[in-house]
Amino acid sequence: MSIFLNADSKIIVQGMTGGMGSKHTALMLDAGANIVGGVNARKAGTTATIGGKDLPVFGSVKEAMEATGANVSVAFVPPKFAKDAAIEAIDAEIPLLVVITEGIPVKDTAEFYNYSKGKSTRIIGPNCPGIITPEESLAGITPHTIAGKGPIGLVSKSGTLTYQMMYELRDFGFTTAIGIGGDPVIGTTHIDALEAFEADPDTKAIVMIGEIGGDAEERAAAYIKENVTKPVVGYVAGFTAPEGKTMGHAGAIVSGSSGTAQAKKEALEAAGVKVGKTPSETAQLMREIMQGLDS
Amino acid sequence: MDLFEYQARDVFEKHGVPVLAGAVAATPQEARAAAETIGEKSGGVTVVKAQVKTGGRGKAGGVKVAKSADEAEQLAEQILGMDIKGHTVHQVMIAQGAQIAEEYYFSILLDRTNRSYLAMCSKEGGVDIETLAVERPEALAKIEVDPNVGIDEAKAQEIVDAAGFDAETGAKIVPVLQKLWDVYQGEDATLVEVNPLVKSEAGDIIALDGKVTLDGNADFRHPDHEALEDKAAADPLEAKAKEKDLNYVKLDGQVGIIGNGAGLVMSTLDVVAYAGEQFGVKPANFLDIGGGANAQVMADGLDVILNDEQVKSVFVNVFGGITACDEVANGIKGALEILGDEATKPLVVRLDGNNVEEGRRILDELNHPLVTQVDTMDGAAAKAAELAAK
Repeated sequence: MSIFLNADSKIIVQGMTGGMGSKHTALMLDAGANIVGGVNARKAGTTATIGGKDLPVFGSVKEAMEATGANVSVAFVPPKFAKDAAIEAIDAEIPLLVVITEGIPVKDTAEFYNYSKGKSTRIIGPNCPGIITPEESLAGITPHTIAGKGPIGLVSKSGTLTYQMMYELRDFGFTTAIGIGGDPVIGTTHIDALEAFEADPDTKAIVMIGEIGGDAEERAAAYIKENVTKPVVGYVAGFTAPEGKTMGHAGAIVSGSSGTAQAKKEALEAAGVKVGKTPSETAQLMREIMQGLDS
Repeated sequence: MDLFEYQARDVFEKHGVPVLAGAVAATPQEARAAAETIGEKSGGVTVVKAQVKTGGRGKAGGVKVAKSADEAEQLAEQILGMDIKGHTVHQVMIAQGAQIAEEYYFSILLDRTNRSYLAMCSKEGGVDIETLAVERPEALAKIEVDPNVGIDEAKAQEIVDAAGFDAETGAKIVPVLQKLWDVYQGEDATLVEVNPLVKSEAGDIIALDGKVTLDGNADFRHPDHEALEDKAAADPLEAKAKEKDLNYVKLDGQVGIIGNGAGLVMSTLDVVAYAGEQFGVKPANFLDIGGGANAQVMADGLDVILNDEQVKSVFVNVFGGITACDEVANGIKGALEILGDEATKPLVVRLDGNNVEEGRRILDELNHPLVTQVDTMDGAAAKAAELAAK
């Protein structure tokens, strides 16, 4: 089992014919993803050959879904077109939309996220590496070669920390690893992923990676305390980040006394989550938990 | 990007928000000239206000009333160069004097928790709003604003009603809130705050002091925003990095950091800070070179870091995800060739992930006297900290 994405997922790519889109479509195919087509209004009706596979290009998400039965869209569109692409996917009622694009104005994301409320589309991202269910499917840019299938669920705000943690724990493997993104407004949250991992029978333990900014980790901690029975190990990046400076991710900023790594760590620990000081120590904590579960 | 008060005033005026006359001055002479013009509208009275991006200016003596242009010049002389909470005053705003009857508070901001916008309004303005929110939360109305609807007349009415304004005053504030929404929406702001929003003795509603934060991701829609940047205040190394399109933040430390991915780089700073405790050294900067990491980007990054006089060692921490480690290793090799004799500080390199064996082999073969490879992130951080302490 897995969360949100599996071998049956049929994926289309918005922006498939662009540089990023075609490169990562090839990598997703390598990872075993069932890519069924792309969307580009200006190239509708043509075929793109990517990674040795002929992929039809459709004029809209709706047409692509009707023709292929796609249920996942991955968007690699430039920031200024991302909102329109998202709204198109939401209007087409695609069940899962993964927005990889970095640099989208927060107003645009706030608008398309709120537009999606009460509708049938789950959004992952933006500004994220997407989601991988190892050995089954990949909707995003996470390298599929890092780790295979296994009992750990991973949710993270950061792409490279996702990769680092998957690498550290590659001998165990993952049900699903999901990068939710580092922007101030995102679709799927830590809590959404925790809820899904808790319900997934194959996920035995969960790694949760956070970073400075906002209060998502504090709210996740409160959620864990009330609702999660599986062991959770946490990591928070940004203890040394100065106040008022954006650290790479648009959402990674300590404002006044809020959004600090220390507060997030304390909230997680108060909820019974073991929090590592470094990624390696975090992996070690998970290793100990997994060994405990085995015996 | 946070705006200065005078910039916020100009942006308000552009969107039809009622403001008083105001002009910015960088010298006492400019202040005098501005006061002569602006004072005409208010019986010669002006207010000289320090332009710094921090609160508490009044308490620090950075806001003073001048009864004449002479006095405005003298006050500007006092205020310019003043230090307010670590911010040096380089400019003052000369504002028209006002007869204030009442002071209110209004703001609209991005509410990350609810992934929406939040409007806050109070009849008790002019005070520190965070204190008010803690001590008398009932005096601060908080109303959610749907990003796709905004503050229309009905929403503005809801806000003034929640804040407890009487019908007459409320009716005057409603159109002002709609215009402040135009500022928020039209300029891609993440914060528009008016403190105080005042009612003059004549009964007019005026935005007397404003704070605006703009979303840098939306710059492509606002070519005029570039001119609002305070280039003089930027750290010279940060300015240099920005020219090269590098994601760099200067910190106060001895271990230069280069990595790929914002999360990993933040994490690297933390790991170096822990490792540095016993050596008395700290991370010198944040630098995310992103996915590419070719020789030129690596050289540009190293160039910025090596120009930081505080830096004693550099830690290059890369996890090859999409990027292959051999490309990164070739990037380091190329960067050292580009920099030549300019590269003088020890480099600790930790490569892991995609094609790591080949990456490590390239650096082994390079056998450069400045480069040390360490296989783990924690170990490499300790090595870099140790070298920086020497």
